[in-house]
Amino acid sequence: MAVGKSVGRVDAYEKVTGRALYTEDMAPQGALVARVVRATIANGRVKGFDLAAALGVPGVVKIVTCFDVPEIDFPTAGHPWSTDTGHQDIADRRLLNRRVRVYGDDIAAIIAEDMVAASRAARLIRVEYEEYPPFTAIEQALDEHVTRLHDFAPGNVLKATEYRFGEGTFEAACEGSVVLTKDYRVQTVQHCHLELPVSFAYMEKGRVVVVSSTQIPHIVRRVVGQALGIPWGKVRVIKPYIGGGFGNKQDVLYEPLNAFLTMRVGGRPVRLELTREETMASTRVRHAMNLTIASAARPDGKLVGRKLVGYSNQGGYASHGHAIISNTASGFRHLYESQVIEARVSTVYTNIAAGGAMRGYGIPQIIFALESHMDDLALRLHMDPLALRRMNAMRPGYRDPGTGITALSSGLMACLDKGERHIRWAEKRKAYANQTGDVRRGVGMAMFSYKTGVHPISLEMASCRMLLNEDGSMQLQVGATEIGQGADTVLTQMAAESTGIPMEQVHIVSVQDTDVSPFDFGAYASRQTYVTGMAVKRTGAIFRQKILSYAAKMLDCPAEKLSLADGRVLDADGNVLLPLEALATEAVYSLKHAATHITAEASYQCEDNTFSFGCCFAEIEVDIPVGKLRVVDIINVHDSGVLINPKLAEAQVHGGMSMGLGYGLSEQLLYSEKGMPLNDNLLDYKLPTAMDTPELTVSFVETVDPTGPFGNKALGEPPAIPVAPAVRNALLHATGVAVDSLPLTPQKLVEHFMDAGLIDP
Amino acid sequence: MKIIRVNVNGRDMEVAVDERESLADTLRERLRLTSVKKGCEVGECGACTVLVDGRAIDSCIYLAVWAEGRRVLTVEGITGPGGELSPIQQAFVEEAAIQCGFCTPGLIMTAVEIVGTGRRYTRDELRKLIAGHLCRCTGYQNILNAMERVAGVAQRVGGE
Repeated sequence: MAVGKSVGRVDAYEKVTGRALYTEDMAPQGALVARVVRATIANGRVKGFDLAAALGVPGVVKIVTCFDVPEIDFPTAGHPWSTDTGHQDIADRRLLNRRVRVYGDDIAAIIAEDMVAASRAARLIRVEYEEYPPFTAIEQALDEHVTRLHDFAPGNVLKATEYRFGEGTFEAACEGSVVLTKDYRVQTVQHCHLELPVSFAYMEKGRVVVVSSTQIPHIVRRVVGQALGIPWGKVRVIKPYIGGGFGNKQDVLYEPLNAFLTMRVGGRPVRLELTREETMASTRVRHAMNLTIASAARPDGKLVGRKLVGYSNQGGYASHGHAIISNTASGFRHLYESQVIEARVSTVYTNIAAGGAMRGYGIPQIIFALESHMDDLALRLHMDPLALRRMNAMRPGYRDPGTGITALSSGLMACLDKGERHIRWAEKRKAYANQTGDVRRGVGMAMFSYKTGVHPISLEMASCRMLLNEDGSMQLQVGATEIGQGADTVLTQMAAESTGIPMEQVHIVSVQDTDVSPFDFGAYASRQTYVTGMAVKRTGAIFRQKILSYAAKMLDCPAEKLSLADGRVLDADGNVLLPLEALATEAVYSLKHAATHITAEASYQCEDNTFSFGCCFAEIEVDIPVGKLRVVDIINVHDSGVLINPKLAEAQVHGGMSMGLGYGLSEQLLYSEKGMPLNDNLLDYKLPTAMDTPELTVSFVETVDPTGPFGNKALGEPPAIPVAPAVRNALLHATGVAVDSLPLTPQKLVEHFMDAGLIDP
Repeated sequence: MKIIRVNVNGRDMEVAVDERESLADTLRERLRLTSVKKGCEVGECGACTVLVDGRAIDSCIYLAVWAEGRRVLTVEGITGPGGELSPIQQAFVEEAAIQCGFCTPGLIMTAVEIVGTGRRYTRDELRKLIAGHLCRCTGYQNILNAMERVAGVAQRVGGE
């Protein structure tokens, strides 16, 4: 069995020896460099440039401005393209923009012999703007007096949607109920993958080649074609190892511009790498949201009505657009059951960096609000928050009325049991109930549900190819991408499992090259082990059958009587008839049987989805006078179905917990009133270091999901989801102070403690 | 351009460098030692860490000309002549301390420095010693496990 074992990563050796090649490592020596010229206002219009001085800088090859690019608006979201025009992603930007909507907007690009020349030239460019007052907050954007950022979005509302399911109305459910309505706010944060967005592009035989650090090579190919107005087949995208993405690289960032620039210099190689500051200010962020939750509950705690009103700060460009707060709204619907549920959510353009995909896709936002709310409601009802959750949580078999997604497997209750035992819930809830003094402790928890992949909201498809080498080993090709999460390793395990060829004999091609790799949408939505996994399983079955058919010819016996295990052809009694190596050599070089290359390829359209579950339990200590919160103990418990590789699964959870702690305690991208980013670097933006991170404990409840290729379901994104609200609820337990916004920085806590009378003013 | 004499990964060499250029750029662009990663170029992330005379430094904010007469060590230099992994690299592999791999070479070089002191460290001391490295994938948990295996006492705190 290859599945279910903690085998080592297939890329470990390359990565510890520094031999793994990332995009910048592959850039040809002597490539030209490109530097984007960025707007120094957040809202306005470029009227003109004075390029004379910049063009005089030795080493400058060409300067392209927003007046020189094709008049094509294109979308950037890493979504499958919809052939239904009503569902296509919003096309609201150009390669370079005349209408400035973000401080740092892309208004021109310099191509130079080296970065020193490009940077000098950038400083010498004079830009004349028409300026409009910038706005960075949702409330400001909705003010009727501000300018409209996009002509198609009156009131700066990109889109607003609503739903109501169940019996009656929320207002009716409130009658005779305990009703709690509260506002929660989550901040703008950034992915902070260690490798910066980087690509290089060149032309080859009349086509443009882009090598890029991306999660979605096939989607990048399509968007480059769309943005430049060239046939998609004229574009080739290559994706080497990438240094993290977390959703930022599930967007088409600068690949189209890079492709355009090489075409403007006759196809010479051009490298385009952002700085850290540009990455934080001008790529994508996690949406800040204002979320108002109202609950109506019977006095015994049974929820009868639930309501959400939400606004998402989209920034200047649509990117993934309304899809994210839509997911926020559906996530709100799933976790708890009630007679009636309704939601109204809006996505609002502002003058900050565009919100895009980030690990959890709108769910960390709603789970912070919802799980904070459940603790607030428990307090109102004088109930234990864990008991309140158990009473109302999604049951196995639940069917979402909006999408039909059904809880086909659920380990949620078992996850809660494990977390409860680990943290010693009852004992500590009691022990910390009535503390006095400056230093106090508390325990809190939060839980979540999460979909696996994007069906039926969007299309799900993946493909796989297997090629038999003459020695009986296999080349495994997928369009799914390794982005650090371990996809190459678990897909190798699955290929071994589904063919009977030992893992060591399965050679996965890690690089995706759209000229060669089978089609896949890429790494997002925790989809690859589920969707690509099924493509691997199906291809494996075909491959195995072809091998056995050939064996049947060689052995002159029916294929049905043969099987393949551990690289050997066996008979029905398990006797070894033929090593695969002998078969593979014979197949290619046969003088007796038809010489053939044994290969298999399959595409799989996934029309399933299923829920993953999990929870976080945390114990914290807070030093009230200084507002310092320390996590003493923390555990995440996950039901991600069958674990393909437990050790890698655990590592994945560690990283998510760390990201959740950063979200909860320290991270926030700040803007001035003028829309200028204030902490767009890794010193002032507080990403957790090893000293900020407590010991991380991970546990699993393994259910067997009937739709997963091997009983598995989503794992990649979920670990980041429940951590921040668990910590916030522990703080509530410790102090009685409910903080309804993130992050829980010392300054914010001190302000809250002063308001609550815990600190004398 | 200026010619510097420097020992890189055990080899004495003369390298012509721009006096303004960082050691990271020299190692990457001129010597093609691409294990040296750049994540910020201002000494915030630690991905470009190499050893200079046994001391871990951020090579992105260390001028190449300062390396004159010194010994520079990168991950390429700690892998054995037949490609064998050093105990530190082996520990990173076995503890699943690697994900995207971008921070890995820098962290391994800091581990080499730590092991080179010959001292044993507690987990908390190790946390402090690697605090100059940012990693977004691992929460540092398995990295600390790997470091502890080669440079620490088996002493766990919190939650265990």
